[in-house]
Amino acid sequence: MTQATLPDTHADRGKRSFWRRNQIAISPWLFLAPGVIFFLIYVIFPVFQSFQISTLRWDGLGDPEYIGLENYRELWDDPAFYVSLKNNVLWLLLYLLAIPAGLFIALFLNQTVTGIRLYKSLFFFPFVISQVVVGLVFTWFYDPTFGLLNVMLGWFGLGPINVLGDPTYVTYGIIAAGLWPQTAYCMILYLTGLNGVNPEQIEAGRLDNARGWRMLWHIIIPQLKPATFIAFVVTIIGALRSFDLISVMTNGGPFGESRVLSFYMFEVALSEYGFRMGYGAAIAVVLFLIMLIFIAYFLWSMYRETRGR
Amino acid sequence: MVSKLKTSLAALGLSTALATSMVSGAFAAAHETPLTGDLVIFSDMSNPAPRAVMEGMVARFKEMNPDLNIELTIIDREAYKTQIRNFLTANSPDVANWYAGNRMAPYVDAGLFEDISDVWEGDMSENLASTKGALTIDGKQYGVPYTYYQWGVYYRKDIYDQYGLSEPEDWETLKSNCQTLLDNGVKCFTIGTKFLWTAAGWFDYLNMRTNGFDYHMKLTAGEIPWTDEGVKKTFANWRELIDMGAYIDNHTAYSWQEALPFMLNGEAAAYLMGNFAVAPMREGGLTDDQLDYYQFPTITPDTPKGEDAPTDTFHIPSSAKNKENAKAFLKFVTSAENQTLINAGDALGQLPVNAQSSVDDDKFLKEGFDVLSNKAPGGIAQFFDRDAPAEMAKVAMEGFQEFMVRPDNIDRILDRLENARERIYK
Amino acid sequence: MFPTPIAKTSRSWQLTYQSLLPVALILWLLPLISIAVFSIKPDADFTSGNYWGWPSSFEGITNYSKVFFESDMPRYLLNSVFITVPTVLGCIALSAMTGFALGIYRFRSNLWIFFMFVAGNFVPFQILMVPVRDLTLNLGLYNTKTGLVLFHIAFQTGFCTLFMRNFIRALPFELIEAARVEGVSEWRIFWFVVLPLMKPALAALAVLIFTFIWNDYFWAVVLTQGVESQPVTAGITSFNAQYRAAYHLMSAGSIVAALPPVAMFFLMQKHFIAGLTLGAVK
Repeated sequence: MTQATLPDTHADRGKRSFWRRNQIAISPWLFLAPGVIFFLIYVIFPVFQSFQISTLRWDGLGDPEYIGLENYRELWDDPAFYVSLKNNVLWLLLYLLAIPAGLFIALFLNQTVTGIRLYKSLFFFPFVISQVVVGLVFTWFYDPTFGLLNVMLGWFGLGPINVLGDPTYVTYGIIAAGLWPQTAYCMILYLTGLNGVNPEQIEAGRLDNARGWRMLWHIIIPQLKPATFIAFVVTIIGALRSFDLISVMTNGGPFGESRVLSFYMFEVALSEYGFRMGYGAAIAVVLFLIMLIFIAYFLWSMYRETRGR
Repeated sequence: MVSKLKTSLAALGLSTALATSMVSGAFAAAHETPLTGDLVIFSDMSNPAPRAVMEGMVARFKEMNPDLNIELTIIDREAYKTQIRNFLTANSPDVANWYAGNRMAPYVDAGLFEDISDVWEGDMSENLASTKGALTIDGKQYGVPYTYYQWGVYYRKDIYDQYGLSEPEDWETLKSNCQTLLDNGVKCFTIGTKFLWTAAGWFDYLNMRTNGFDYHMKLTAGEIPWTDEGVKKTFANWRELIDMGAYIDNHTAYSWQEALPFMLNGEAAAYLMGNFAVAPMREGGLTDDQLDYYQFPTITPDTPKGEDAPTDTFHIPSSAKNKENAKAFLKFVTSAENQTLINAGDALGQLPVNAQSSVDDDKFLKEGFDVLSNKAPGGIAQFFDRDAPAEMAKVAMEGFQEFMVRPDNIDRILDRLENARERIYK
Repeated sequence: MFPTPIAKTSRSWQLTYQSLLPVALILWLLPLISIAVFSIKPDADFTSGNYWGWPSSFEGITNYSKVFFESDMPRYLLNSVFITVPTVLGCIALSAMTGFALGIYRFRSNLWIFFMFVAGNFVPFQILMVPVRDLTLNLGLYNTKTGLVLFHIAFQTGFCTLFMRNFIRALPFELIEAARVEGVSEWRIFWFVVLPLMKPALAALAVLIFTFIWNDYFWAVVLTQGVESQPVTAGITSFNAQYRAAYHLMSAGSIVAALPPVAMFFLMQKHFIAGLTLGAVK
């Protein structure tokens, strides 16, 4: 009995003192473990798995077959891929309009009149609504028979436009729908930013006779830089992730003219007619590489910021 | 994996007891010992009427085999189309719904559907001769049909009468009818191509009438290039209608249901569709005096007519655990009595697959049955996206839609389809 | 304050501004107002082409009760709740810990782990589609709420960690030092010292994640199917497929689907905006 208990207490004491000594070094890892493990399994590894799957021919049913870079070679000659890529660029560029538009509305609303808080909330409202509903709302807005857009165009004697059924307008129509909530988001960022603008600098500017545009450009906008940075980040991410609106509004049509890479990838791999996991993964890799440029830029600016502190 | 919607069999059995007593009597004789054990069924018959039919069939089968434990799971029809890939590989039932033709080929190729040629031996092959081909791959059968329906032109008889038009028998009449309608401000055809497949219906018929059924089947099987002269002739015929302005405007923005109102309010006079469109048109207020049906007219004379008649099916997954029970169920589903019952107007309202069954007394079903049995010497096709492999179907249907909007792009479209063909069929 | 406060401007501009505000708001919300109007119209208005006119009768109650009592909407809503709430709790629990670890401790790989989270958060999540679907299938969690929740927790942890870490960095570090000197264990420091201070951040994140997850559509489509597990964003599309061209019901259904995050936003506005705009002011 005694022999059995003695080493036990000993070990326990040794463990406790080991824990005491190394608590600060070990604790962060214990705190990190669950989050990091989850994140590795569901996010980091799958990114690399996508690279591997993109070298396979696999219908998700039978056995996969290794085909090297064949999927990428095919992508190179795939007109639908270029349409998607072109639309992705359009999304990236036009989605950025949300930033000046958001700034404009923020300036408009940055006042202290009665009820302005409610106005601000209501202007922000579209961001809270699911994109599925936004898509539906805009589908009706554009509807060629009864849509409000065509009713309004009719007042000016302009003919009905079939926005979502016409390959020339469709992507712009969907982007416009996407800009609605995104502008609301940018607006709220700028409203907060404007709150933090240094009033002394504004007064100093006023003394220097700066007003209107000059004031905005030289004094306000530089101080809004953090807000602009975040608005830029969220808008770029939003543009590259665009899927919900396309899926709800046009399903990629007419004849695939409104596809973007993220939608095309889904269509190829998992939709009713899609059986090409490898090809879908290859598109994913391309999209990832595009995003990598931005990720690198974000990380670099964060890195500089941390170093600067 | 899937939450089960276990049917309350006892309650159902009771409610359908009356209808079943006569059927089960006849069937029980054919099959000496009642089955025991389990039977797991996954079904995509999720719309109200098909759902009631499926539940009724299970109840009657249960009645005949009181010791059999049947578990029925009904999955949303659209969701089923992607979900089937998952459950066939991971957690397969004993019986599953699917579609005939090339639509089942990926599962057959991957060895996921059981070869059930033995079920087809004897009477069944004879009674189900009309659909046997659609379930045969390399001379073996991989499932059984349970229903099918005709396609054709549904039209507003009252509008045709108003302008003194009659059902066209040939292409010239179809076009001259159309011209009369257009002159009076009525579009000849409504269509909604947002989800693509409706345009494929037009291609099927135009191609089968221009080049014949055999040519069409070779094309969907990848044996004829898309740049072939025959295909070009089909598109040239199609173009005549497009250039006339025969179709409603902005059809790319509508689903097939959203295109219905044009027909209901008389802005368009006809709709090339499957028989399932009749129900919503009746609900929309069209009486049987206003609504009528004709078979798609001849284009190239002396070409035996082929028809689209999509067939819905039951299959046994290869990894099913209770294959004998499953086979008995498939035999029961295709039996003449059951076929009459489930395809009746108050049930599915479609055509029975068994030649010994009787067709419901509905005017469209009778006409459709007549067309498919007597006026389709060319053969019966499944529908473009079931005859062609999924990938080819997708690319081609996009091409059809593009052609309907931009007919000038035809050469580019056909080159694209041809590239796809060379890649997909290898 | 910029622009010049309205009180200091001319009377006429004050009046113009006051009247411009409601007009601008109505224009801005026009698409929403239109579906709200649709949702109280009777079916007959749409067949007779009265899309934008005054409703011929008020059918709001009929339409909404149809959505609630004659469709699967209540089940979808419930699914959304069962997906969203566990995700919010899971994310907050995990990211409070990771944020604490990265915000308080100085160790070599700290910045790299932090960057891993940030980079992962920026990934266009569609890339993960095929592998995550396979993983979920292999775990036997395909088409279950659990499968969806696990993925959401993992993915949102990236964003939450970024948020928490920055928040914790801004806390007074002296508090923690003082506690360490007193010999308080690290776990107790986390639980009794830091966590109470993080309440505003926790609230902000909870509201934000709630909205993100509630509105998710992509993963709902990829990882679930059918009424037994799909959330309301996916449900609304099958609802709409079922009632295609029944605009009054589709509108009512959409409004019902959109309402919970809207309510959340109006109730928790302060936290919501604090969450969204973290970092917008230095």
